[in-house]
Amino acid sequence: MSNRPAILIIDDEPQMRKLLDITLQSHDYQVLQAATGKQGITMAALHPPEAILLDLGLPDINGHQVLKELREWYSNPILILSVQNSEDDIIHALDNGANDYLTKPFRTGELLARLRSALRSRLLDQQTPLVQMGQLKIDLESRTVSNELGLIKFTATEFNLLALLARNRGKVLTHQYLLREIWGPGYIHQSQYLRVFIAQIRKKTEKDPNRPTYIITESGIGYRLTDPD
Amino acid sequence: MDSQTVYRRNSRWQYLIAISLVLLVSGISYPFAQWMGYKVVALLLLATVSVTAVLFDIIPVIIAALLSALIWDYFFIPPYFTFQIGSVDDMILLVMYFLIALINAILSHRIRKMERIALEKEEKAHTVALYNTLLNSLSHELRTPIATIIAATDNLQSNQIHLSPEQTNQLVGEIGIAALRLNHQVDNLLNMSRLEAGYIQPRKDWCDLAEIIHGLVGHMEAEGIEQHIHIHINPDTPLFKTDRGLLEQVLHNLLSNAVSYTPPGTRIDILGTCIADIITITVSDEGPGFPDTEKEAVFNKFYRLSNSKPGGTGLGLSIARGLTQSLGGSIELSNNHPQGAVFTIRIPAEISYLQNVKHE
Repeated sequence: MSNRPAILIIDDEPQMRKLLDITLQSHDYQVLQAATGKQGITMAALHPPEAILLDLGLPDINGHQVLKELREWYSNPILILSVQNSEDDIIHALDNGANDYLTKPFRTGELLARLRSALRSRLLDQQTPLVQMGQLKIDLESRTVSNELGLIKFTATEFNLLALLARNRGKVLTHQYLLREIWGPGYIHQSQYLRVFIAQIRKKTEKDPNRPTYIITESGIGYRLTDPD
Repeated sequence: MDSQTVYRRNSRWQYLIAISLVLLVSGISYPFAQWMGYKVVALLLLATVSVTAVLFDIIPVIIAALLSALIWDYFFIPPYFTFQIGSVDDMILLVMYFLIALINAILSHRIRKMERIALEKEEKAHTVALYNTLLNSLSHELRTPIATIIAATDNLQSNQIHLSPEQTNQLVGEIGIAALRLNHQVDNLLNMSRLEAGYIQPRKDWCDLAEIIHGLVGHMEAEGIEQHIHIHINPDTPLFKTDRGLLEQVLHNLLSNAVSYTPPGTRIDILGTCIADIITITVSDEGPGFPDTEKEAVFNKFYRLSNSKPGGTGLGLSIARGLTQSLGGSIELSNNHPQGAVFTIRIPAEISYLQNVKHE
């Protein structure tokens, strides 16, 4: 068997599968294809892939249902492919265990970056106490943050928020998830807290807080911590 | 439809005016009745009823006709001050009088009805013309990128030996541009049909004006534009509640309009403020601007300036206005000095007083 990572594509559009197939093969991935949700679930069970690209609009079973069934036993990354203007669908999928999403039409570069990031995050899961993103160093153990200018003062909540994003670096965390984890279940509709705190963290960490490079806004969905390089 | 409601709203006035006119003419004629004879009075009254028939609905006219017939009979036909009629001639005259007044009323009612039908037909023709404009601009806007893609791929597939690597790159680049253009038009069409169907339901959440505008401009700059965009946002602008996606779409349409219709090297200014609970955003450019006569019309669907360059479906500004209205806001166009256009969006919104949270 080759050691190229296997990616399973579940999408009913032959053209989309073909395109993804060529793109992924040429970047040293092994590609498996399924045209329906049922077929996808069976193939994932027979040859568990390193990651799955799952289209939400499948002809036989709802993509959310496929995601739910896969997540009962499958723990590798699942990336959702969806159409534009479907924030609700995306949030629902992310809250149900999807690792990331891409809206069609997407750029190949974007797809490959997300896939790499998702595959990498799986390896990072063994709690490394030090997270480095570009110049930003986050020490989860000593609860300190520093950049090229030295130590940055953080309040407890600011740090908790940044640490949560750091532990899930590369992954989109939904507004509701962040609010529940940091402030508690009673606060899931208080998204203004989240925005104020994100703005404060950006003021402390970004060169130009108006053009953030670390904490990226996913409009209508949530935030993700990325490496600016 | 509209003329119908106007009729109904005015109908009480119609009764009042019709009756008053009849009373007025009868009153004025009364002192002169002896001198000019009661048959002339009948003609005067008939003229009055005819005037009401031209102006008013059928029922007020019939009432005017009836009232004038009774008045004529009571006050003018001898014997006076009774409804009795002395001679057969007068009896025939009265019946004829009433008949002519009635025919008058019915005829003018019919004419008006035909006018209305003609107007409806004209409106329908206008809609068809609009639809044709849509088909023309759409088929142009969709076919051009499709033609580009087909031609470029044909060339790449069958002409590979003669193409230099540079030319190959150019062709691939053209396919990319065509695809983006198609995507943009499909977005426009989807938005338009969502607006038309009344399907847009804003999902309001807390928004940061600076983040929205800087994000949008950063995106446009990454795509490559030849103008300089300057952003001025009051740093004290609070968070406000609106549908971020819709607001972004509005601003994107205004900005891409400014980018496509102003010369390279000029500046585009975006100003954002919040006064009371109204978020105001202006987008001003240094382009040719809009003639005063076309300022309102540019927001109409499929409207294109008479001297507009090719490309564009005339949907962008119309969508911008529709979406702004769906957010409860307004959009207007004015002049920049010394030249250019200024689009001003005003959106009333719930404002957050949570500014800086010191500690938890």
